[in-house]
Amino acid sequence: MTISDRPLTAMIGLPDGPPDCAAYGRAGGWQAVRRTLRDMTPDAVIDMVTASKLRGRGGAGFGTGQKWSFVPKDPAATRRKYLIANADEMEPGTFKDRMLLEGNPLQLIEGMIIAGYAIQAGHGVIFLRGEYHLALERLNRAIAEARQVGWLGENILGSGFGFEIHVHASGGRYICGEETALLTALEGRRAQPRSKPPFPQVGGLWGAPSVVNNVETLCNLPHIVTNGAEWFVSLGLGPDSGTKLYGVSGRVRRPGAWELPMGTPLREIVEDHAGGMRDGYRLRALLPGGASTAFLDVGQIDIPMDYGAVEKAGSRLGTGLAILLDDRTCPVGMLHNLEHFFAQESCGWCTPCRDGLPWVERLLNAIENGTGEPEDLDRLHDHARMLGPMGRTFCAHAPGAMAPLASGLKLFREDFDAHIRQRACPLRHAA
Amino acid sequence: MATILIDGRACPARTDENLLQACLEAGADLPYFCWHPDLGSVGACRQCAIKQFSGPDDKTGRIVMACMTQVTDGAILSIDEPQAREFRAGVVEWLMTNHPHDCPVCPEGGECHLQDMTVMTGHDSRRYRFTKRTHRNQDLGPFINHEMNRCIGCYRCVRFYRDYAGGEDLAAFAAHNDLYFGRHEDGALESAFSGNLVEVCPTGVFTDKPFSAVYSRKWDMRGAPSVCAHCAVGCNTIVNARQGTVRRVINRYHEAVNRYFLCDRGRYGHGFTSAPTRLRAPILRQDGIPVPISMATALERFAAMAKDGPIVGIGSTRASLESNFALRCLTGPDRFSTGLTQLEHDLTMQVPALLRATPARNPSLHDMESADAVLVLGEDVCVTAPRLSLALRQTLRRAAFPAADAAKVPHWMDAAVRMLGADAPSPLMVLTPAATDLDPIAATIHRAAPDNLARLGFAIAHRVDNSAPDAPDLSETEIQLADALATALRTAHRPLIVAGLQYANAALIHAAANIATALHATGADAALSLVVPDCNSMGMALTGGIPLDAVRAMARAGHIGTLVVVENDLTRRLDAATLDELLAAVPHLVVIDHIATRLAERADLLLPAASFAESGGTLVNTEGRAQRFLPALTPTMPIQESWRWTQQLTQAATHADAPEWTNLDQIVATIAQEIPALSRIIDAAPDAEYRLDGRRIRSEPARISGRTAVRADISVHDRPLPQSPDTPLSPSMEGAYSPDMPGALMPFYHAPGWNSVQSLNRFQQEIGGPMRGGDAGTRLLDDGIPPETPEWHHDIPTPFTTAPDDLLLLPEPRLFGTEELSALSPPIAARVTPATLRLSTLPAGLQDGGMVSLTLAGEHLTLPVRHDPALPPGIALCPPHLAARAFTTPVRVQLHGDDTP
Amino acid sequence: MSTADAPLPPALRTRITDLAQAEHRPRAASVSALTMVQDHFGWVSDAHLAETASLLGMSPADLDGIATYFNLIFRRPVGRHVILLCDSVSCWIMGRDAVCARLQARLGIRPGETTADGAVTLLPIVCLGHCDHAPAMLVDRTLHGDLNAETAEQLADTLRAPTP
Repeated sequence: MTISDRPLTAMIGLPDGPPDCAAYGRAGGWQAVRRTLRDMTPDAVIDMVTASKLRGRGGAGFGTGQKWSFVPKDPAATRRKYLIANADEMEPGTFKDRMLLEGNPLQLIEGMIIAGYAIQAGHGVIFLRGEYHLALERLNRAIAEARQVGWLGENILGSGFGFEIHVHASGGRYICGEETALLTALEGRRAQPRSKPPFPQVGGLWGAPSVVNNVETLCNLPHIVTNGAEWFVSLGLGPDSGTKLYGVSGRVRRPGAWELPMGTPLREIVEDHAGGMRDGYRLRALLPGGASTAFLDVGQIDIPMDYGAVEKAGSRLGTGLAILLDDRTCPVGMLHNLEHFFAQESCGWCTPCRDGLPWVERLLNAIENGTGEPEDLDRLHDHARMLGPMGRTFCAHAPGAMAPLASGLKLFREDFDAHIRQRACPLRHAA
Repeated sequence: MATILIDGRACPARTDENLLQACLEAGADLPYFCWHPDLGSVGACRQCAIKQFSGPDDKTGRIVMACMTQVTDGAILSIDEPQAREFRAGVVEWLMTNHPHDCPVCPEGGECHLQDMTVMTGHDSRRYRFTKRTHRNQDLGPFINHEMNRCIGCYRCVRFYRDYAGGEDLAAFAAHNDLYFGRHEDGALESAFSGNLVEVCPTGVFTDKPFSAVYSRKWDMRGAPSVCAHCAVGCNTIVNARQGTVRRVINRYHEAVNRYFLCDRGRYGHGFTSAPTRLRAPILRQDGIPVPISMATALERFAAMAKDGPIVGIGSTRASLESNFALRCLTGPDRFSTGLTQLEHDLTMQVPALLRATPARNPSLHDMESADAVLVLGEDVCVTAPRLSLALRQTLRRAAFPAADAAKVPHWMDAAVRMLGADAPSPLMVLTPAATDLDPIAATIHRAAPDNLARLGFAIAHRVDNSAPDAPDLSETEIQLADALATALRTAHRPLIVAGLQYANAALIHAAANIATALHATGADAALSLVVPDCNSMGMALTGGIPLDAVRAMARAGHIGTLVVVENDLTRRLDAATLDELLAAVPHLVVIDHIATRLAERADLLLPAASFAESGGTLVNTEGRAQRFLPALTPTMPIQESWRWTQQLTQAATHADAPEWTNLDQIVATIAQEIPALSRIIDAAPDAEYRLDGRRIRSEPARISGRTAVRADISVHDRPLPQSPDTPLSPSMEGAYSPDMPGALMPFYHAPGWNSVQSLNRFQQEIGGPMRGGDAGTRLLDDGIPPETPEWHHDIPTPFTTAPDDLLLLPEPRLFGTEELSALSPPIAARVTPATLRLSTLPAGLQDGGMVSLTLAGEHLTLPVRHDPALPPGIALCPPHLAARAFTTPVRVQLHGDDTP
Repeated sequence: MSTADAPLPPALRTRITDLAQAEHRPRAASVSALTMVQDHFGWVSDAHLAETASLLGMSPADLDGIATYFNLIFRRPVGRHVILLCDSVSCWIMGRDAVCARLQARLGIRPGETTADGAVTLLPIVCLGHCDHAPAMLVDRTLHGDLNAETAEQLADTLRAPTP
């Protein structure tokens, strides 16, 4: 593979669809897995990925090499371990993994073999959201071909390392994207998150050591191995390394997702790549990385989209795909839509999330529909305060739900007041 | 021991527990829902939030769930910290958004953990102004009401029902706040332990259905400590009564026996106490016509009968030690019968001797839970001793502990432990003729005839210790199985062998004893548990007596003038011809019982006895634990305790040495004196003179209203009860009550702010540990001195052989319907299914469900057959008593196709 | 479309059994098995649920607890076509409510309902990952984006057209 400024998507969008094994090889694929299996020890792979400073692209941004380092070191042949690709892309406003899955499934497979080798896991699982029918078809085809060619199966390239992948199509629940709930789902149970310890790296799927990595994270691996950690670090514009799939949805001229250097300024993403706001619409605020990230005000649009900068601005990089609120869309209505989503997708395990989020949703619904009371705002603040911090609910679902709410209550105070004062939504958003 | 700081107060705490347990043990009021002492922590309800500080300089702290946080030495916590308080109040407020607030019409009201916790958190006004979600309820059968709208989603029901008790037909459905707990469709809950949902549910979703029909608030009922009479496990119970009737039975915690849970037979079996078949007056049969008579007349008539020759007594394994002993005093030991047929008698008498002579431990149920290898040899404990099977089930959870330890997960972290241990090998090996409910979780299952199971048992013992005799002529399969099982047992640290008398097969219990002896000799901490059939089988074994066969011989020889039968329906033990022969040879039959049995119909003199609910007494359970039950009601004269009747009969018969017992303690003392094996039964419970702070323990809660609408036309006041001489409990709310009460005298659980059964935490030395006032009962069989070198049993049976048309019919006891008294309880009766004949191969021309005829225990029967290919060849199964009344022990039968069209 | 009372076809039973055996434990195949049943019958009836449960060695309650937990398993009959109309934030901003309103009017049903002719079921669904083409909806297995009330209505009409 040639060094590219957009390694992840270089082979995506070809006229004939995703590359097959041969085409993938001709374009530079399989180099990395060859190098990994022939020349590198598992620890060397972990070291290289640690040195590359690759951080998880699913939203939490945990160091990938570090995550792997907690896995017991036994060889794959002596202990059952799992490498799981988290392809349960259900964060509202996020459509990056689908691009990678549909566009170049072999890249993910190669990344999984490398990751599997690094942690010495013989079993690979792709946890795919059930609505991604095209991705499922293409993944299954790619896996079958890779198996036939010998990239999957026992003793790959004569290395002694064997690796198999199977795809699990989810029954559909946002919480399955949470890694422990994902494991529970794979075991054929109601997908409730698990307490830690045990961490998945020690006691994951069926109690065996397991690593769950996001699709985009895994897709970076072949390029890191091929081009080296330093190259990967050099791709980033700021403190974070590599490229990232950034995207924009909302009332922009060209909604979409683009592979850009880590740390690309938000303004550049919105104005250059997405073409800026459509005529007649002004940008008011945005969720920088999916539904569970806090609102950024339009005035914060000059920040670079890296983990630290977005956090400093009061939100999270999340998935890196921004949802834009324009001046003709009601922020209370938007919050109501968001909290409806979170309330519906609460797994029902813990009280504050199960029973708190529906209350929030109903308060927002009442305000949006003109039956709000001034004290409703106090109740919303109560929930933001009590559900926001981590550790109070069983998992991060409710804190994620509170991120847009808490920031929205601050940012859109005027709008809330107006709704309650006028007993109606002053800004029925344009259809 | 660690020291933790709770709101500035230094408290001792165990490092193997969580902060919630530590706080509760420190006496703090910390609310919780999903945690349960025997179900562990899962962190679902988020109610036990506290502030934890990282050190003395940390002024901010962070909110943690106490139940999910391990005790560490020096931990600094605050329950009172404002943020923690606010969060806990918030949790209750969230729970209340959908709760219907129907406490006034809810049967849980007044003993509702949700009410208690709501008050505790200070949530007292409603701010949620939207509609509530509503659910449709299900018909869950005769035991349990279902009211899902009250649900607060704590998941305790499914965690108990599925994870703890292995039930399959209750589940959590849907998600978010549509969450629903119920069955896949309407229908009776299948688990033998479904009734525990009543106590496990922190609010009124699952409530006691029979109780609802005779409902009274908790505070309006009297409570008395009792012992379950429906099998030999001896679960401790509390009987709630009001206005002369038993209202319900709930669990009474005993650390070593039943802990937090009862089986459904025990919880719902009490209905016989108010069944229409209860006897209420002495009856004299004159020329075949029953005539009610006075007590005085009854005694006069007996005095007359006594002149007609020797009195012989037949006792009962379902009657108390006292009732049996009083009868023995009437007749003398030589004319006192155990009420058991020869085979049952011999086996029952052997059991205590066997347990004493075997060097292995004789374990309590709680002890069994920590076995790391369990061999169940020829006993379906799931029906003969249900609560014991629940204890065996817990060995699976223990099997997960090594994996949990390796992952540094504390044992109370329930979901994680179960997940990590999902692949842990099961310690259970079940060797029975027919399938049992433990099979799905057993590592090894083997089906064989009882004799062949005994042979396997002997072979296993030999493989553990080759000085034990081996079974000859084993098949290759049997040898392999014996090798594998012996290896599994030998590699265990705490192996347990469980056998019993279900198949009345001496070789089975001998083989079990051999295995336990052999394992003990290897240095393992081996245990042997033998299950006897009835609630006082063990007490009878220790009392001693002659078998029924000897009574028959006496009768035939004309040596019986009057036969006195106490609480024993002989029609269940002797076939009609045998019984007819016996009774024909006896001039007078006197029956003392609390229910109108078939035998009672034939009595010349019938005397109404008090049931367990109206009397005190002592039962010895299958592990040899003597336990006292105390009266919850005062019997209405002329109903009185069997032992009082018998004492009066003795006096009426003008025995020179007629006993002069005026209360239970005196007869207990006499028994202890007369029968060395029972000398320690005095310690089973404090006597009637026991006083706490100089007062009796009250049997009624302080909140009792003492008023009733039921007989308001006469008086609005509940009828006061007289003080019974047999109990240290006062009959009213007057008296003492404290957390330090002896476990044997616990009338109800209540602590300030804790009105539900959860208040039990306040009465324990530590959570899940012994009662602060001491556990109830006393073990009687620990004084055995095993021989220095193993003494082996050698009665190895020959291989079971089958012949065409010749079947060995085994008793197949049912969870519901086999045990005599509980079968009279309406909710239990509703669960009894008709008898069938289970066959491994169907006779030619017969289809599953077809009818077959046979002669069994003197009865000609036509029964539907059920094909069960898993049965060993030559074996058939039929429930005892249900088809042929006197069928109890294995018998050879021949089948005939049904000749009716 | 088969009826809800017909037993699972032998081939489907075999596929479910094979799948269950390939898993570390049979229950891991729960969602996949339910999906297969649904692909065949359109939804999962009580009888099919019970039959599937027995193939997986689970109780009906156990499997139903899973079936009712997930969004994509239908425990009630659906139409020949199922419209899953995204109701998440990007599509909402881009006018999914108007699309929904038009579909409702045209089909004469509310979300969660099926047209009287059994042709179409309309259901809301969480974000379909097609936000750059919002509003989006999934019709059976096909993703449709950049919808407006008119295009959605046309699509609905083709679904209701009698099959040749």
